[in-house]
Amino acid sequence: MQKLSVVQLETIANDIREDIIRMLEHAGSGHSAGPLGLADIFTALYFDILKHDPKKPDWDERDILLLSNGHCVPVRYVTMAHAGYFDKKELMTLRQLGSRLQGHPERTRLPGLENTSGPLGCGLSQACGMALAMRMNQIKNRWVYVVLGDGELDEGNVWEAAMLGGKEKLHNVIGIIDRNNIQIDGPTESVMPLEDLKAKWEAFGWHVIEINGNDIEAVIDACAMARAIQEKPTMIIAHTIPGKGVDFMENDFQWHGKPPDHEQAVKALHELRTLGGKIRSEHE
Amino acid sequence: MSDLYLVDIKGKLNEEPIRKGFGRGLLVAGKKDVNVVAACADLTDSTQMSLFKKEFPERFIEIGVAEQNLVTVGSGMAAMGKIPFVSSYAAFSPGRNWEQIRTTICLNQQPVKIVGSHAGISVGPDGATHQMLEDVALMRALPNMIVIAPCDSVEAEKATMAMAADKHPNYLRLAREATPVITTEKTPFVIGKAYVFNKGTDVTLFATGTMTYQAMEAAEKLRKDGVSAEVVHVPTIKPLDAEVILKSVKKTGAAITAEEGQIIGGLGGAIAELLSENHPTLIHRIGMQDRFGESGAPAELLEHFGLDAKHIALAAHDIIHRK
Repeated sequence: MQKLSVVQLETIANDIREDIIRMLEHAGSGHSAGPLGLADIFTALYFDILKHDPKKPDWDERDILLLSNGHCVPVRYVTMAHAGYFDKKELMTLRQLGSRLQGHPERTRLPGLENTSGPLGCGLSQACGMALAMRMNQIKNRWVYVVLGDGELDEGNVWEAAMLGGKEKLHNVIGIIDRNNIQIDGPTESVMPLEDLKAKWEAFGWHVIEINGNDIEAVIDACAMARAIQEKPTMIIAHTIPGKGVDFMENDFQWHGKPPDHEQAVKALHELRTLGGKIRSEHE
Repeated sequence: MSDLYLVDIKGKLNEEPIRKGFGRGLLVAGKKDVNVVAACADLTDSTQMSLFKKEFPERFIEIGVAEQNLVTVGSGMAAMGKIPFVSSYAAFSPGRNWEQIRTTICLNQQPVKIVGSHAGISVGPDGATHQMLEDVALMRALPNMIVIAPCDSVEAEKATMAMAADKHPNYLRLAREATPVITTEKTPFVIGKAYVFNKGTDVTLFATGTMTYQAMEAAEKLRKDGVSAEVVHVPTIKPLDAEVILKSVKKTGAAITAEEGQIIGGLGGAIAELLSENHPTLIHRIGMQDRFGESGAPAELLEHFGLDAKHIALAAHDIIHRK
């Protein structure tokens, strides 16, 4: 696959944000902040990092991408559509009766999804299980990426998986924490403090990389570094801005679990189009 | 029943914990299929996974005391084509990790084999915390889940092998104490089938797990009292074998259910649902009556809570009078 330039990737991420706004407005319910904040990470994953084939979602040499915080699935649906897994028109069926695009992802409904999630805290365990199965089968050239929310880290299940990953040195597991500092009841550090987050993961036997998760190049570089670590699993703490790209949504926890109405969507799309123009012109 | 090759319960019976049969079955399943793998939450000997671990150390994962992780790791392994057996005590798995089983195994349709050992009141001295009584209700309510409670170690071995070949999520319920062995190698076992262990005409005793032996004993007592009791062993609680169950009650007109767990949502609940919708029949449910257990010797507890042959026979007499 021809590598895309950073400006091409940034442009795709911006287009993905526009489609997230459109689909959420159309659906009338769903989460806005997380998916917008994750658009750069998902663009980096699907358009650069992952070994995958949208035409063969069951390809047995593919890398695995698990979404542990299932409520952020709009970003995955939109990115998959942009990558060619299905027609973008289907995005407008989100959350409708009979749709393959369920409110929270269901693996059995849509080829290309690797797990069913929504209730938090399970993805890292599943990633560990997959990595263990790969080790039993002597598979060395496949990677299991798993995206987690930061609020999700309140779940004890995550730390059970952290212990196992460290113990078994599952180096082909690469976790990416969407560190956007918000959860439903407010800022993570007031709801249930997570810091010192880096020290926590290191203490559990993980290699930790901290990056700006809205910097596509940094995401690509961090994953390349993670793949080079053979002694332990890697956790990438990706600092993101929730609601990224839409001024009135950025860093406001109120946007965690609601969609824009029509007026807000028009405003958001206008902002994103301006941003898109800026990306293109800056690189010309 | 000659075609079922059962042991004559009037003779001397061998006794063995049901979980021992699981251990042997897992080893055989592991030898037969390289994709069979196992994980345990710090109870490898107790749940009898140690046989498998010794033979296939590279296919066994020690999870530690972390039952949520146990089943979700199982989900991940199944997603990569493995057939994972994950074991702990039933009080912890599926007691502790029901939502993970619901989302990552049942809704996600991964064929994880959940093995809950030390289920039922006969766990004994450990007391109510460890006497898992609600596991059948918890697992039976989940779409895609198959629920199996074998009656002895010989059947447990067959059930384990059948589970390894089955494409669904399964729950296997095991008991701690030695249980009389009433089936033989030749006794058939198929997931979803119930078996008439004793033919009769006056009343049907439906039993599962350790209580099947008690039902057979009860039938023998009843025979001496001049009552012809049919015993239907129901090792698969979900899906129920509706055909065999309905055929029996159409003949006898009265049903007793017997299980070592809560009647709410258990075998008693399941059969009551089936009968009331298809062939309303007098029914009496023996099992835990919406209460917890307590410490005591296993036999003592079975008697105390009315879960033995004597109480089954009494209930049968009573229901026949009410017909």
